[in-house]
Amino acid sequence: MVETPSVSRQNSGEADEISQLKIGVLALQGDFIEHIHMFRKLGIEAVEVRKPSQLAGLDGLVIPGGESTTIVKLINMFGFAAELHAFVDRGGALWGTCAGMIVIARELTDPYPEPLGLMDICVSRNWFGRQVDSFEDQFEFNGIEGGPFLAVFIRAPVVESVGDGVDVIARLADGKPVAVRSGNRLATAFHPELTDDSRVHEYFVAMVKEGATVR
Amino acid sequence: MDSTSTPGTSTANGTHAKAWREGSKPEVGNWREKSGLAQMLKGGVIMDVVTPDQAKIAEDAGAVSVMALERVPSDIRRDGGVARMSDPDLIDGIINAVSIPVMAKARIGHFVEAQVLEALGVDYCDESEVLTPADKAYHINKWEFKMPFVCGATNLGEALRRIGEGAAMIRTKGEAGTGDIVNAVTHAREVLGEIRKIQHMDEQELMTEAKNLGAPFDLVLEVHRTGKLPVVNFAAGGIATPADAALMMQIGVEGVFVGSGIFKSENPPMMADAIVRATTHYNDPDMLAEISRGLGDAMAGLEASKLPDDQRLEKRGW
Repeated sequence: MVETPSVSRQNSGEADEISQLKIGVLALQGDFIEHIHMFRKLGIEAVEVRKPSQLAGLDGLVIPGGESTTIVKLINMFGFAAELHAFVDRGGALWGTCAGMIVIARELTDPYPEPLGLMDICVSRNWFGRQVDSFEDQFEFNGIEGGPFLAVFIRAPVVESVGDGVDVIARLADGKPVAVRSGNRLATAFHPELTDDSRVHEYFVAMVKEGATVR
Repeated sequence: MDSTSTPGTSTANGTHAKAWREGSKPEVGNWREKSGLAQMLKGGVIMDVVTPDQAKIAEDAGAVSVMALERVPSDIRRDGGVARMSDPDLIDGIINAVSIPVMAKARIGHFVEAQVLEALGVDYCDESEVLTPADKAYHINKWEFKMPFVCGATNLGEALRRIGEGAAMIRTKGEAGTGDIVNAVTHAREVLGEIRKIQHMDEQELMTEAKNLGAPFDLVLEVHRTGKLPVVNFAAGGIATPADAALMMQIGVEGVFVGSGIFKSENPPMMADAIVRATTHYNDPDMLAEISRGLGDAMAGLEASKLPDDQRLEKRGW
């Protein structure tokens, strides 16, 4: 893979700030290791989070792709729900990819599973259909430069509606929102961690950095 | 960086997929989508189910996927006869009962059973030695399908042959329907040990190694370079307890299939839940001790080494 120099590492002062950031990836189930590799390539410390106590000291947290019913069950089983709310409330940046987007939603169009309500969005699971309907697409991502972003959709969800203060930052050609941001919260219906393009990870790192500065 | 590059093609199998697309046949499937679904299953448990009710129990317990079957392997073993693809009505019933991905089995080499499964909307096809093989020499050409395939393997050469044919996920075979973990351990150690060996070989030695393994040379090169299989690797065949699942994870697989081990145990919902938890916290003995308590009896076991040769499912596949 060709590594893109991170925009935020262009001078040494900022490099110091970056080197102090610590991002966790929820490692209960799914493709958490791909996220960790992507952050490490960007020079960011990234760790697996399997217990709520491991949220302490993190500046950002990613809930990865996986099976949303499984991840929600394990989150509740191991006592993560209240701790995740506390983490976001104290300014920690949060990013959900695919299953992670479902997990952090306020509401789902399905009766199951019960999402955590960490972001004011309503999400439809498996919106495009079954695995044979999985696809790739390219589109612009508001706030990310360098041309269209190649996105992999695997049994993917879409955002049906957003609450006040939630910005849609990427859409499919038919207008369906597939990336949304609200302050320190980001959700993408696709999997930037499965490509070689690290621009969405860099975008999240910039969010994490903003949050770390505010605190 | 070229944002329109296709990362799937940076792997040897991505190159195969690209060659296939650019060849005389129309594009079927996309390597990154097919192997990507397996990435989403990692750290998870895939459970065999024979009814929609069992599928619900599995989903509620946190299974990442279910395998829709007419009989679990231990019953196939007991009943004998020819084991075939499941009835489409049964598969439909299970697809309609759950929101997680549904897998189903086709016989080795039986590409028409696979075509039927794809038409039914099955999310992953297991070309499986648990069913009676339909072809004594050839496996399905999995590049011809948009539906991804998982295949069994007992060693690295077999795993790489299946990947060369287009399998987007591998599971070590173990010995299905026994509840005896020994062959699952043997096969996982075989695959992972051979990977470690190739990783440390001199490049000059790789062609001979490819010849000895009976494996595609470009995939041997990729294993040498990356130190891992080009696709996700689960364990199967004999997992019956949370400790069994954690053992396989610690040995180095990325998730587990549990066949007869759940619905042939005394308390399936509790066993299913415990195996899911153990697969997440496989490296935490204190957690595993708690998880292993009070589960009732595991499935009745059958010692794999006492099986006559003609009943060893691991021998099926070429």
